[in-house]
Amino acid sequence: MEQSGTGVGAGSALLSDGRIGTTVGAVADWSTSTDHKKIGRLFAGFGLVGLVAVSVVAVLRSLDAVADLDAFTGQQLDQFAQLHHFGLAVMVALPLTLGLSVAVTPLQVGARAIAFARLALLGFYMWLSGAILLVVAIVNGGGIGGSDSDMVDLSLASMVLMMIGVVATAISVATTVLTSRAPGITMRRVPFFSWTALVQAIALIITAPVMVGLIVYLFVDHRNSALAFGTSDSLADWLPRFFSAPVVYIYAIPVLGVFAELLPVSVSRRHPMRQLVFAGSALVGVAAFSGVTMQNDFPVDFSAAGQDVVKSLVVMAFFVGLPLLGIVITLLTALLVAKPDGSSSAKPRILSPMLFGLLSTLLFLLGAVVGVLLQVVDLELAGTTAVEGSVAIVCLAAAVGSMGGLVFWAPKFSGFKRDEKKVLPLALLGALGVVLAGVPAVVAGLADSDNTLFSTLSLVGYALMALTVLAFVGATRGGTADGTTNPWCAHTIEWSTASPAPADNYAALATVRSSEPELDQTPQGSPS
Amino acid sequence: MTLALPSGPAPAPRRQLLVGSALAGLAGTTLIGAMLAVWLLERQQVVNAGERFPMKYIIPEVATNVMLITLFGLCFFAQWAVYSARRQDRGHTGLALSVVAILALAFINAQAFVYSQMEVELAEGVYGSLFYALTGTMMAIVIAGLIFTVVAAFRTLGGRDWQSEIVSAHALYWYFAAAAYSAVWFVVYVTK
Repeated sequence: MEQSGTGVGAGSALLSDGRIGTTVGAVADWSTSTDHKKIGRLFAGFGLVGLVAVSVVAVLRSLDAVADLDAFTGQQLDQFAQLHHFGLAVMVALPLTLGLSVAVTPLQVGARAIAFARLALLGFYMWLSGAILLVVAIVNGGGIGGSDSDMVDLSLASMVLMMIGVVATAISVATTVLTSRAPGITMRRVPFFSWTALVQAIALIITAPVMVGLIVYLFVDHRNSALAFGTSDSLADWLPRFFSAPVVYIYAIPVLGVFAELLPVSVSRRHPMRQLVFAGSALVGVAAFSGVTMQNDFPVDFSAAGQDVVKSLVVMAFFVGLPLLGIVITLLTALLVAKPDGSSSAKPRILSPMLFGLLSTLLFLLGAVVGVLLQVVDLELAGTTAVEGSVAIVCLAAAVGSMGGLVFWAPKFSGFKRDEKKVLPLALLGALGVVLAGVPAVVAGLADSDNTLFSTLSLVGYALMALTVLAFVGATRGGTADGTTNPWCAHTIEWSTASPAPADNYAALATVRSSEPELDQTPQGSPS
Repeated sequence: MTLALPSGPAPAPRRQLLVGSALAGLAGTTLIGAMLAVWLLERQQVVNAGERFPMKYIIPEVATNVMLITLFGLCFFAQWAVYSARRQDRGHTGLALSVVAILALAFINAQAFVYSQMEVELAEGVYGSLFYALTGTMMAIVIAGLIFTVVAAFRTLGGRDWQSEIVSAHALYWYFAAAAYSAVWFVVYVTK
């Protein structure tokens, strides 16, 4: 029996005679478990559900525009737009990447448990209940410009609930990396994914409370007088700042870790410039300052006087350019890893999770480039569909990268290595979905056009995303379980424990002496 | 179904609670910082419109000053608890934590007194919603600290193993609370 550490085992056993009893026992075990691998997968699982739901909403929006159905009222379309926009950020990208961090980080740093496991579980439930309440509130006339005052209040309160839950979970992740590393895993030897999880967690810890503080003001004011911040329409001046570029980059940071972690595994070689990857992903974390200062608009007007252009360029380069530079650095250092140098006799492999990681990082780069273009006044992209397109590209890229992580670490979660032939095409399908879902909106913004072709392409893109998730869930049921601890021949410490990893992760751990302790055990590896 | 491997020896303590509290303090700092920033922004708009801020209300400055002194004093007693806990002095630890809890209650009482004296109308003007949102959040931070103190007292005095780390973490939280209130006090009650 799998150890849960929850104290519900006896109750589960009483019910385990029949199928219902087994199901109830499993639900009780999962819903109360303090095993980080289960908490993380709960987050990620609901993130995938959110992705399907958001895709359906986006398809309905596009269908209405393309077919000119007039099936929905103007207010309903506004509600769809908000569910789509908010949903991509806090119901898709955030739970998927944060969930992967919760599930993987303690294993990677050699910890027996996540720090403050009950806090992480509480964080999950706060996020989940906040997400459900947000959907209920917006559907019933809440949200920005909502007609029902009580539902507007409920939508604000649910956002506070979600963000407090996110901060609680982020504190667990950051504390785990900072305090619970196994002997020998110095900060310089922390695996790439765990480093990006730490960067994301700290970025969330400093950004989400700012959003909470602002929403508390909006809630108290809207509930009582609506004199300080105005009616529900004026929420549009404040809330979108936290769901637009560059703040949404924070939600996608761990996909850089997935890519940086998997490329060296694919080529069976050490990463030669680890510190540059650390610096690159930390630079993406600079996006947090945009959230802290509640600013997402850093316009650069090239038609202005030279001195003014330079001034605005410097500001824009800090808030939007540095995160883009961070992604570029991560990709450039990857080229160094991929470049053959004759030191390794092993042949490069195309691993399906690596393909997920590579494509998601390239898409993240595309989203960040669009984020820079949004700031150029001469292009007149502000307020156009390009803003929505940039959010879609970044958030959906985060989802694709997280899927890669779920495939890669599946042996440690369930004991099964997923069937590569089934999963590999999904990386391509998902990436195509992201491109079609996001890029047409950007092009429509650039062309200042509302041609139905763009809506049609977007519709196809979101339909592909929903299809990818459903196929992904189907493809990730089962697989091969040969009992090997390291089926990918991966390099980091989590691959030394059993597959699936026991509830307390490690029976015993030797002192770690390099960044790639598992590679050291192979003929091509020698301690660095 | 799989059998879990037997647990190994417990890992050495690595100041998990202290780091967790520091991160919570960081989150609280950005929370209060953001709220103060929005307060200043809104106040500027009211002043630019030629109105008075905080309008007609008179702030009971003695009570608000006493609240600040209370939090500073509370930090002193929290540090006394840390000093005693490190020496495994059960009596003094319990006494210090009790005084911390009483001072936290005194702070909450003083805030309620300020509310009753000022009689700020929530639905009347910009000031009401800003005032209650900011000071209410500050009071929530102090209530969270009070709960932390009670938990620290139970874990330290009632636990099987003597734990001084949670007392240190709890003191760190109170330092953050005192710093946060200092900023709130200066902006809301001094510069207004």
